[in-house]
Amino acid sequence: MENTTTTQKNISIFGKRLSEFFGIVAGLSLFSLEFFKNVFLPPYEFGEVKKHMDELGVKTLPIVSVTGFIIGLVLTMQSQPVMQKFGAEAFLPGMVALSVVRELGPVITALIFAGRVSSGIGAELGSMRVTEQIDAMEVSAINPFKFLVVTRVLACTLILPMLTVYVIFLAIIGGYISIYLSQNINFILYIHAVVHSVDFYDFVPGVAKTFFFGYIVGIVGAYKGYNTENGTVGVGQASTSSVVISSLLILLVDMVLVKITVSIWG
Amino acid sequence: MVEVEIKHLTKAFDDNIVLDDISLNINEGENFVVFGRSGTGKSVLLKCIVRLMEADAGEIYIENQNVLTLDIRKLNEVRKQIGFLFQGAALYDSMSVRENLAFPLIRNFSFSPKEIDFKIRNVLEKVSLLEAIDKMPAELSGGMKKRIGLARTIITEPKLILYDEPTTGLDPITSKEISQLIVELQKDLNTTSIIVTHDLICAKIIASHAVVLKDGKIRYEGNLDSLTSQDDPFLRDFFSSDIIDIKEGRN
Repeated sequence: MENTTTTQKNISIFGKRLSEFFGIVAGLSLFSLEFFKNVFLPPYEFGEVKKHMDELGVKTLPIVSVTGFIIGLVLTMQSQPVMQKFGAEAFLPGMVALSVVRELGPVITALIFAGRVSSGIGAELGSMRVTEQIDAMEVSAINPFKFLVVTRVLACTLILPMLTVYVIFLAIIGGYISIYLSQNINFILYIHAVVHSVDFYDFVPGVAKTFFFGYIVGIVGAYKGYNTENGTVGVGQASTSSVVISSLLILLVDMVLVKITVSIWG
Repeated sequence: MVEVEIKHLTKAFDDNIVLDDISLNINEGENFVVFGRSGTGKSVLLKCIVRLMEADAGEIYIENQNVLTLDIRKLNEVRKQIGFLFQGAALYDSMSVRENLAFPLIRNFSFSPKEIDFKIRNVLEKVSLLEAIDKMPAELSGGMKKRIGLARTIITEPKLILYDEPTTGLDPITSKEISQLIVELQKDLNTTSIIVTHDLICAKIIASHAVVLKDGKIRYEGNLDSLTSQDDPFLRDFFSSDIIDIKEGRN
C-alpha cells in the first residue's frame, strides 16, 4: 500500500517536471519567435548592442583568458605521456589544436559564458521586471522587448564567436608552453604543426556553432528574466535556472551540430 | 487635459474577480482619487487603463478612443499622452537621473540635445532636485526617488497622469510634500489625474473627487468631505485611523 503511494507520488512529480519542461520549451519557442519578429524592425538599437557587447566582453574576458590558457596547458600535459607511449609525440600539437578548435574551445567558452552572462541577464531583467522598470518603459510607449531583449541577445550572439577565437588562440599558446617546458620545442615549428593539422573545415564549423551557443545564452537569460514572477525570490530563480537551461541546451545543440558537421565534412 | 470614461470594466485572476463591472467618469482637469484596501484592484485599474494588464471585459475611453481595442501603434500614441508614476518610482537602475529623464524624450520626440537639457533642468527645478541630476537611482532616498519619478512622469507634459500610491512608504512630512507637489504640478500643467492611494492625508490635499473600491465594486463615489462623514461601517473603519491623525493635527 505504502509502495503504491510512493510510486504515485513519484509519477506525479515526474509528470509535473515533464509539464514544466514542455512549458519552458513552448515559452522559449514563442519568445524566440518574438525575437525574430522584432530584430528586423526599426528602430535599430546599434548603440545598445555595441554597449552590451563591450560590457559582456569585458566581463567575461578575464575568466575565459585563464580558462583558455589552462585548457591548452592541461590537455597537452595529459596527452603527452599517452602520445609518447605510442611514439606519436610529433602529432601532439596537431591533436591539441584539433581538440581545442573543433570542440573544447567552443563548448567550454560557451559554458563559461552561460555561467557568467546568462545568469547576469536573468537577474538584471528579472529585477527590472519586479521593480516595474519594464512596465515603466512600456507605458512610455517604448518597446521594452526590443530595447532590453533584442539588444542583449544580439550582443551575446556576436560576442561569443569572438571570445571563442581568442580562447582557441590562448589554448594553443598554453599547449606550446607545456611542450616547451618538457621538450624545448621551437615556437615556429609548433605553429607550423598546428597550422598543418587544422584546416578550414575544422575551424569554421567549430566557431560557427558558437553563434548558436551565444544566441542560446542570450535568449534563455532574457526569457527567464523578462518573465520573472514572485519578487526577489523569482529574480534568484531566474538567474539560477538561466544557467542550468542554457548549459543543457548548449550541450544538446552541440551534439546535433557535431552530428550535422561530421556528416557533411567528415 | 483629457476626459476618461470607464464602462463596465471587469478583470479577474483565475476565480478571483478583482474589478467587477466598474464604471467611472473622470472629468477634464479632475484630481480623481481611488481608495481601497490592499488587494482590492486599485493598481489593476490603473494598469488596465494603460493596457499593462488586459481587461476581461468593458471599455475605457481616452480622448474618445477605446484603448482596449487599439492596435499597439495607436495605443502607443495614446500612451505618449499619459504619465504613470509607479509605486516604487521604477527608475531605470542602470541610468543616471539625467538619462532617466532624457530617455522618453529621446525615444518618442525629436528634441535637440539643448532642448532636452533645458527640459531636464526645468523639471528637476520643479521637484527641487536639480543637484541630483548626475546621481544614480541607488544613491537616492525613497522620497527623492519619488520626486525624480514624478519629474520623469511630467517631462513629456502628459495630459493625463496616473499615480499608483504616490506616498506609500514615505514619512508623513515627505508624504505631504509629495502631495502638495502633485497639486502644484496639476495646476501648472493643467492635467487630469487619477490617484490610487489609501492615504487620506494625501487625498485631503489632492482630491477633487473620490471613489472607494470594495470587493471589486464601487462602494462610494463623491467628494472627500462627505466620504469621511459617512455612516457606512466599512468606510468608518477604513478611515478611522487617518481621521484621528487629521483631527489630532499629526499631519
